[in-house]
Amino acid sequence: MLAVHVEKTLGEFSMNVAFTSESRATALFGPSGAGKTSLINMIAGLLRPDRGRVEIDGEVLFDSAAQIDMPAWRRRIGYVFQEGRLLPHFTVQHNLEYGRWMGGHKFDPAAFQHVVELLDIGHLLDRRPGKLSGGERQRIAVGRALLMQPRLLLLDEPLASLDTARKRDILPYLERLRDEARMPMIYVSHIATEVKLIASHVVWLDGGRVATMGGIERLDAAQVDMLA
Amino acid sequence: MFDLSPQDWTAVALSLRVAAVSTVVALPFGIIVAMLLARGSFWGKSVLDAVVHLPLVLPPVVTGYLLLISLGRKAPLGAFFADHFGIVFSFRWTGAAVACGVMAFPLLVRSIRLSIEAIDRRLEDAASTLGANRAWTFTTVTLPLALPGKMLAFARALGEFGATITFVSNIPGETQTISAAIYSLIQVPGGDADALKLVVISIVICVAALLASEWLAKRATARLHGA
Repeated sequence: MLAVHVEKTLGEFSMNVAFTSESRATALFGPSGAGKTSLINMIAGLLRPDRGRVEIDGEVLFDSAAQIDMPAWRRRIGYVFQEGRLLPHFTVQHNLEYGRWMGGHKFDPAAFQHVVELLDIGHLLDRRPGKLSGGERQRIAVGRALLMQPRLLLLDEPLASLDTARKRDILPYLERLRDEARMPMIYVSHIATEVKLIASHVVWLDGGRVATMGGIERLDAAQVDMLA
Repeated sequence: MFDLSPQDWTAVALSLRVAAVSTVVALPFGIIVAMLLARGSFWGKSVLDAVVHLPLVLPPVVTGYLLLISLGRKAPLGAFFADHFGIVFSFRWTGAAVACGVMAFPLLVRSIRLSIEAIDRRLEDAASTLGANRAWTFTTVTLPLALPGKMLAFARALGEFGATITFVSNIPGETQTISAAIYSLIQVPGGDADALKLVVISIVICVAALLASEWLAKRATARLHGA
């Protein structure tokens, strides 16, 4: 279970967000500038909250009252960034294995093969990130996060940098990922149709606050409210 | 044209050795200082920046003289190295390497610093989410992205003259680099022709070093921007 309560002031913008999630796939939904990326950066340990607490499966990652702040590299949280952020000087294969090296784990051929097949990236292993298309890059980024065996997977608008046709190519991979990977994920997006395909639970952010949260059907209800 | 005397070859070999050793030894210090200047915020940062750039603006003879009075055999620092590590600098090729390293240091720091400042720090964030602590992030991401094409300092060290000749003199076979050998030759009546050979060789070596440096840097940039 993920339990988050964080407060953060960034210039003029202030955030105060609390939510818990037990769902396999939780969507973090809301317009641009709602604080979605800042929120998952705080979960990942890339941004320090001013106050609050972040806990996964009983382990405290951050607690301002107890002065606990686990560094990002020890949190074991997989992060798929909007722009991929593959390491440009490594091949695709080495990008995929980077997390395993850093964690000091043994090579697990079965797990590696599984991820390669899941994302259909076997033909790209020897290439360098610079030579990949946007869609290929995002699939590698997903694979890289999966192979570090995270306890939670954060996906920050992984389709945002892709055109509509590419989005349609990648979505099935993400659905398979949700069904086959044995880890919870948080899927950040501002597009309702995308969120409805992937997630079963939604946290709707607006202006740094939780506007509503609950089952994915909340999305429809809230949208109707907003239209009315 | 290229029937070089053994003494010329000695000077060429010595120059390459001095420049290579000085670059390799200066590199770790250059990386540390460049990292401090690029990323650090501390009291006295602008002073450090100024001190690092001093050899670039001081007359080389001043730098050489400062080395002589600090690293000479009777100077405290020079005696310390001689007693504890058995390294003597005065009138030895090691001293020439120190002089070249000090003179090339500003260029080395400057070029590494610019590369570090140009690195997309979000890549370092990505490495940290994958389990890399700061030291691993530095060695596997920051350094490999910042380092390619830093041979300008090597070329600079190859051409050093003023500080070297002031600090360790001009002893054939020990401290006489290409530059010093050219200087000696053109002091002698009729030595111009021999000097010209060494001039051509030094141009060839420096142009080769610059081309190699450019090529490595270009390849690294191309990788960053997708090729």
